[in-house]
Amino acid sequence: MAQLNAKIPEGPLAQKWTKYKASVKLVNPANKKKLEIIIVGTGLSGAGAASALGELGYSVKSFCYQDSPRRAHSVAAQGGINAAKNYQNDGDSIYRLFYDMIKGGDYRAREGNVYRAAEVSNQVIDHFTALGVPFARDYGGTLDTRSFGGVQVSRTFYSSGQTGQQCLLGAYSSLNRQIKKGNVTLYPRREMLDLVLIDGKARGIITRNLITGEIERHSAHAVILATGGYGTIYYLSTLAVNSNPSAAWKAHKKGAFFANPSFIQIHPTSVPQLNEFQSKLTLMSESLRNDGRMWVPKTKGDKRPANDIPEDERDYYLERRYPTFGNLVPRDVASRATKERCDAGFGVGETGLAVNLDFRDSIKKLGKKVIASRYGNLFHMYKTITGIDPFEEPMRIYPAGHYTMGGLWVDYELMTTIPGLFAIGESNFSDHGANRLGASSLMQASGDGYFIIPVTINNYLSDEIRTGKISTDRAEFEAAEKDSVERINKLMSIKGKQNASSFHKKLGKVMWDYCGMVRNEEGLKKALVLIEELRKEFWSDLNIPGTEAELNQELEKAGRVADYFEVAELLVTDALNRKESCGAHFREEYQTADGEAMRNDENFSYVAAWEYKGAGEPHILHKEELHFEEVEVKVRSYK
Amino acid sequence: MKLTLKIWRQKNAKAAGGFVTYQMNDVSPEMAFLEMLDALNKKLVEEDKEPIAFDHDCREGICGSCGMYINGHPHGPVPAITTCHLSMRFFKDGETVWIEPWRAKPFPVIRDLIVDRTAFDKIQFAGGFISINTGGAPEANLIPVKKEDSDNAFDSAVCVGCGACVAACKNASAMLFVSAKISQFALLPQGRIEARDRVRSMVEKMDELGFGNCSNTGACEAECPKEIKISNIARLNREFYKAY
Ligand SMILES: Cc1cc2nc3c(=O)[nH]c(=O)nc-3n(C[C@H](O)[C@H](O)[C@H](O)COP(=O)(O)OP(=O)(O)OC[C@H]3O[C@@H](n4cnc5c(N)ncnc54)[C@H](O)[C@@H]3O)c2cc1C
Ligand code: FES
Repeated sequence: MAQLNAKIPEGPLAQKWTKYKASVKLVNPANKKKLEIIIVGTGLSGAGAASALGELGYSVKSFCYQDSPRRAHSVAAQGGINAAKNYQNDGDSIYRLFYDMIKGGDYRAREGNVYRAAEVSNQVIDHFTALGVPFARDYGGTLDTRSFGGVQVSRTFYSSGQTGQQCLLGAYSSLNRQIKKGNVTLYPRREMLDLVLIDGKARGIITRNLITGEIERHSAHAVILATGGYGTIYYLSTLAVNSNPSAAWKAHKKGAFFANPSFIQIHPTSVPQLNEFQSKLTLMSESLRNDGRMWVPKTKGDKRPANDIPEDERDYYLERRYPTFGNLVPRDVASRATKERCDAGFGVGETGLAVNLDFRDSIKKLGKKVIASRYGNLFHMYKTITGIDPFEEPMRIYPAGHYTMGGLWVDYELMTTIPGLFAIGESNFSDHGANRLGASSLMQASGDGYFIIPVTINNYLSDEIRTGKISTDRAEFEAAEKDSVERINKLMSIKGKQNASSFHKKLGKVMWDYCGMVRNEEGLKKALVLIEELRKEFWSDLNIPGTEAELNQELEKAGRVADYFEVAELLVTDALNRKESCGAHFREEYQTADGEAMRNDENFSYVAAWEYKGAGEPHILHKEELHFEEVEVKVRSYK
Repeated sequence: MKLTLKIWRQKNAKAAGGFVTYQMNDVSPEMAFLEMLDALNKKLVEEDKEPIAFDHDCREGICGSCGMYINGHPHGPVPAITTCHLSMRFFKDGETVWIEPWRAKPFPVIRDLIVDRTAFDKIQFAGGFISINTGGAPEANLIPVKKEDSDNAFDSAVCVGCGACVAACKNASAMLFVSAKISQFALLPQGRIEARDRVRSMVEKMDELGFGNCSNTGACEAECPKEIKISNIARLNREFYKAY
């Protein structure tokens, strides 16, 4: 049985990365050009990696399913990006950022990886600033910061409510420079259908050209997946409608272990579902909780307009339950507290599945202008969607599926259990444990792409300098292409009635109801039955009009939905296995008398890495025990 | 609501296209415009007909994927929003809605409402960057920038690259798009160093790709979902003249 080796360097935490860098094997500049690297994904992690590796002189091939790399879903991040600069002199440091992430992740992340993410965070801000990313500034001309949930310092750099867009356009610009130089070749509107292994090593991918339908083979000496998260498993989520787990899942089926799949963050503040046709949920950034207060009426079923409810009849439930952190508790805590109030009948709006996020007091204190400068575009977006002006009335918000802490298992070098296959950004599992703190994903994705993978990949590639170009005529490519074509044919030939989205929607509801914010054994077991039923229905009643040899969005979607069923099953299996509550994973059976999560460190202080054993076979669980040398493992409290 | 949709259908770049009429009988004013198209597509698939192809991804107005003419306006009749943010509450019962792809020579139709906008990327490859290697950046606060300049740079940088400006322009000019990037970098000290080469390369590429000239009608500014100002074009012109 495969053994997990995280390859964490020896030595004190603060010196691990420095020591690693000093001892890692390097590739001679003359040899780099001969080595090819495939990078799937052009979000912050993928575009960052492609730029940095191109700058080093490697031959990079960059893929995305959108028409342009600039549209990867990193573009939608709103609130900000963390760094341990301590510009505010408020006691921040690399150690504190590391500590906040370990605690925020409910002690389910690796110390070594998290410390390194904190360590490179400052370089990320320097780099983006130099690339011309217009971060918010103070009157003196220096960079401004704000606070995010789960921390007591102000370390979040931002560009209004469009930080992801600005950072991604920065990464896109550095990518463009490498494209112009010829170091990176771009393959847009391509979907990765499979990973190709030769002698156990990742050597290429099979893609579908989304315009012509052509199936293509691409080879390389190493493959990096930067394909983002799978929060769309709930159908309605804050992710892009086309975000999907397929690339990671195909790699999983070829031998890459999948870690902690059930750790999915439900974000507390999204525009609630307004109707049954809805195709996505729009996030209202966590940064709003800096100046917005969350409340519900003290009286059940109070249907008065929010502004008519007097102060003493409002329940600011986060401030009440968590006086120290108040509205800035971490996301998992805020989401559950909101669900608790709504389930108890105190929710507002038509459906009762919403709470108020009120800016009245901040507007009174700071003035409309200041609030507009901080959140202008978010207020505008909210008004566009709902028709309600947050300057006049509180926003109505509700939790939504948002971020996947789980993902492909990687070691310290960000390599998966398949040699030569790496995973970076949201597609890996490594830095956020059971819950991610706000503004730490842009930081991690950028850090992975720009500063970590360009170092660690050398250790692998230094042994590849004699390999030579890898031919796509090899039998392994032939076989992988055949599998992909067969699957497409299978999907096309079902010729039932329903479109792929209808199945996705039904699956999403099952996952939200039984494997969402709270979970229990009975519900999870029921989910497994329902998923299987739906899967059968899918494979007998799906319809895809048109042909596979042309642009066919129904076929694209169907391939992804087929994978969702398998991902969903593993997700529920993982949630069943973890008989404890930690971070975003809340099992009703394991909670304290006052409804807080109850961890079980004795039995579950491990990363659950699942191995695929073939269709219909149960997955095998591998445990990577977590060792905490630097921090004391405590009950997480924000009270 | 009942709506009559007249939608441009075109099988591929080479095929001839034409309008096809669809009757929608139960459109809710709460739907988003693209959700209305989703509902139509669901129905079409159930009837084993090919659904309407259109680009979309984030559905929250930031990725720039979506875009179509709706009743003659890029992104529809409501100012300052992308198609994905357009709500059906802006339409009337019984209305006929005309839906077409961007019409511009440098953006050939790929299928139905999807066009090829890679020309935009090519302009950015030509010079839309600051040449700095990873690891070579100075400490961020060593580059102070006046707040006003930084805020103005941000206002230019919010362009989503959807192509509405080109589609709105009778000359299919890409000046608003190009000027937004030029302005962002021209306003920042980091960007000044390469300003001259950047403006030359980007404008040259823009001309080469067949985008037309700006004749100051301002349609681009009026239709831009992100309210990018035409004053950016004035700055582009100044930068351009300075570069020669
Ligand atoms: C609405 C929203 C707001 C957020 N706000 C913040 C914030 O304020 N701060 C913060 O730190 N984090 C935030 N996050 C999280 C953060 O944005 C993401 O985790 C991060 O940007 C992910 O980057 P990535 O590079 O891993 O992937 P992505 O940016 O998601 O990119 C994925 C890439 O993979 C490609 N791809 C996927 N599958 C395939 C395939 N099969 N074939 C080919 N290509 C494929 C896509 O084309 C795309 O280029 C937010 C997330 C959302 C959804
Ligand atoms: S779908 Fe992203 S902007 Fe409309």
